[in-house]
Amino acid sequence: MKITLNGEPREVTSANLTKTLEELGFGAAKVATAVNGAFVPVAARETAQLAEGDRLEVLAPMQGG
Amino acid sequence: MRDFYGVRLDSRLMLGTAQYPSPAILAEAFRASGAGVATVSLRREQGAGQDFWALIRELGVRVLPNTAGCYTVKEAVTTAHMAREVFETPWIKLEVIGHADTLQPDPFGLVEAARILADDGFAVFPYTTEDLVLADRLIEAGCRVLMPWGAPIGSGLGLNNRYGLRALRAHFPEVPLVVDAGLGLPSQAAEAMELGYDAVLLNTAVAKAGDPVAMARAFALAVEAGRLAWAADPMEPRDMAAPSTPVIGKAWLT
Repeated sequence: MKITLNGEPREVTSANLTKTLEELGFGAAKVATAVNGAFVPVAARETAQLAEGDRLEVLAPMQGG
Repeated sequence: MRDFYGVRLDSRLMLGTAQYPSPAILAEAFRASGAGVATVSLRREQGAGQDFWALIRELGVRVLPNTAGCYTVKEAVTTAHMAREVFETPWIKLEVIGHADTLQPDPFGLVEAARILADDGFAVFPYTTEDLVLADRLIEAGCRVLMPWGAPIGSGLGLNNRYGLRALRAHFPEVPLVVDAGLGLPSQAAEAMELGYDAVLLNTAVAKAGDPVAMARAFALAVEAGRLAWAADPMEPRDMAAPSTPVIGKAWLT
């Protein structure tokens, strides 16, 4: 299934967001997620299903002013 | 001291974490500044986020996540929610940018986003202008801290509207006020503190100095000096000279 991860096209096999994050290498990372522009909290990842063409944003702590 | 959503801060300096020459210099600058608050952001994870977060946690300071770069209410509100989860704090430096060249806030979007977030339990630190009416609206929306700009972000111009900042302080004696953005020199930070502001927030002036660690220390001293000066009740300026040395008792030597 093709999705867009942080603006880049990616091929993933799992539809569940928790599993997708593991598949993409974010398993233990401190990140926040949004699908198609809507925030998906950690507690909702298990039930969040990704579909073909979804836009997944994976954000992490970064420098800021 | 006025508190920030129930939190009393030992230091009146808030420092950004961006643009330092290296993570080590960032950490050293923080220690030199004594800052009690570090601003941070959320960006797409490209591998560096986890190490950065570990570095910030080691500083042992309170974290103030921002919504930098957000131009719409929706973007800012979503970013705030994501930040609350990642940084485990309800504190949010709310930026809703209205103009790309000046990075000045969009006042209408700012009030709307502030209301949504305050209603949702966030402790909103709005990056605003010194406009009194806007300040009133933000407080009405649930903000308990205001952060007017000194000058456009990263400009180093100092306090562009001293009169406006003084008026804001006078109109909101109970509200914690922070000059956020535009400071370039410690003297400008001292000036903000002399106006009775509760704290200053800066980043570029320290990070982009030739010696960020020394500049961090300079800002710390300036903030303390300015605060002491404000508390000491400064004299009123006057147009004409007034001799400080006694006139009485002067010898007749002509």
